[in-house]
Amino acid sequence: MHIDIDKDRCIGAGQCALTAPQVFTQDDDGFSALLPGHEEDDGPLVREAARACPVGAITVTPADR
Amino acid sequence: MPDSTTAPPTTTAPSPAGAPAGTAPAEPVAFPQDRTCPYHPPTGYDALRTTRPLTRVTLYDGRPVWMVTGHTAARALLADPRLSTDRTREGFPMTTPRFAAVRDRSTALLGVDDPQHRTQRRMLVPSFTLKRAVALRPDIQCIVDGLLDRMTAQGAPADLVSSFALPVPSMVICALLGVPYADHEFFEAQSRTLLRGPTAADTQAARERLETYLGDLIDRKQSEAGGEGVLDELVHNQLRSGELDRKELIGLALILLVAGHETTANMISLGTFTLLQHPDRLAELRADPALWPAAVEELMRMLSIADGLLRVATEDIEVDGTVIRAGEGVLVSTSVVNRDETVYEEPDSLDFHRPARHHIAFGFGIHQCLGQNLARTELEIALSTLFGRLPALRLAAEPETIPFKPGDTIQGMLELPVTW
Repeated sequence: MHIDIDKDRCIGAGQCALTAPQVFTQDDDGFSALLPGHEEDDGPLVREAARACPVGAITVTPADR
Repeated sequence: MPDSTTAPPTTTAPSPAGAPAGTAPAEPVAFPQDRTCPYHPPTGYDALRTTRPLTRVTLYDGRPVWMVTGHTAARALLADPRLSTDRTREGFPMTTPRFAAVRDRSTALLGVDDPQHRTQRRMLVPSFTLKRAVALRPDIQCIVDGLLDRMTAQGAPADLVSSFALPVPSMVICALLGVPYADHEFFEAQSRTLLRGPTAADTQAARERLETYLGDLIDRKQSEAGGEGVLDELVHNQLRSGELDRKELIGLALILLVAGHETTANMISLGTFTLLQHPDRLAELRADPALWPAAVEELMRMLSIADGLLRVATEDIEVDGTVIRAGEGVLVSTSVVNRDETVYEEPDSLDFHRPARHHIAFGFGIHQCLGQNLARTELEIALSTLFGRLPALRLAAEPETIPFKPGDTIQGMLELPVTW
């Protein structure tokens, strides 16, 4: 899987970091960021974080696409 | 009597174009209405709960607007850029005469659309991250402990609203923003009037007094270095660089101050009342304090204290075969949406084991609450410490006699007499 964050769209609500703190964090500007080494993470919490994002800034796509 | 109890005009509003037959209750339902039980939606909305995802309600002035009742539709619509929060736009729904009277004054952050909203929000986001909320935990704990020390030293009974629920968030937001807490009686009283009136003139005057106060505070901060609050940062960075002008900064300060204490204060008072009315759930929390974060989330869902998120359509929007026309008013009832039984099993019961996430009590889309991480932290610390320190905490009056807020404002307790 591959995780994409649209930082232009992100509003810094922090829902991703709250839902899946082992994958997402917030950078110094408050925007969503992936923790190093977790760009390809998968799992229910990652998808849950994408669903929790109020502005749809996180997309999770299969790696082979 | 609050505006919301006035019966709506009896004339039946014309059915909006595109509404399939049978999507609305036969009789027009008025919005807002007073709750019968402070933690349940008004029983007058029962008919609306069977009509998802969209139905119609009538405002105080007889105007029909769309009410969003379905969870999926609510999330989609709140994230839809074709809905505006700019109340100066033609057709924006007004739920009380006092809000209608100030419709030409736009509200910072909450009442502006992108790209203006985005510029304002981006200045504030770094101060309201999850990390910042976590870093504030010791300070919040200290404030909570101090207030409980004072309340218990004064002895039972106490009014939990004035001795705890209001001062906790008020002290926290003052420390975060850099507003002197010594002025709390002034700004708390003005915030109350701003949100509750009762008259439009009261609301307007309260807003002007708050603007003058915050303007003076900003001017003082400009000539004094060393302040560490969010307002100090905005004064010394964005105001100095010209990114913000004084008027815009006053507008932002006003919404941060008011939203920062009123909402959380209501959640603490109503959350306490709700838990005291659910002794089995409280016993669960005592047995397993790790449940507190889930309890806070479930209380947010169940109490939905900010009911009625207002928007106006700027283009036609189709929702499940129904068309919301450009210029029509839309309101999202958080209390009804957060009890959508297709998403939440037995939605009227308090259940800390359900996945309560994805509730829309903080809103959704670009305007989702800026302070939500701070609010969660404050609620968890305030409620867990209160019940942890006072295991015998109970109501000091019959629950039916305790006054709570009318339906036309943020929901919460007006008083909460407790003993321990």
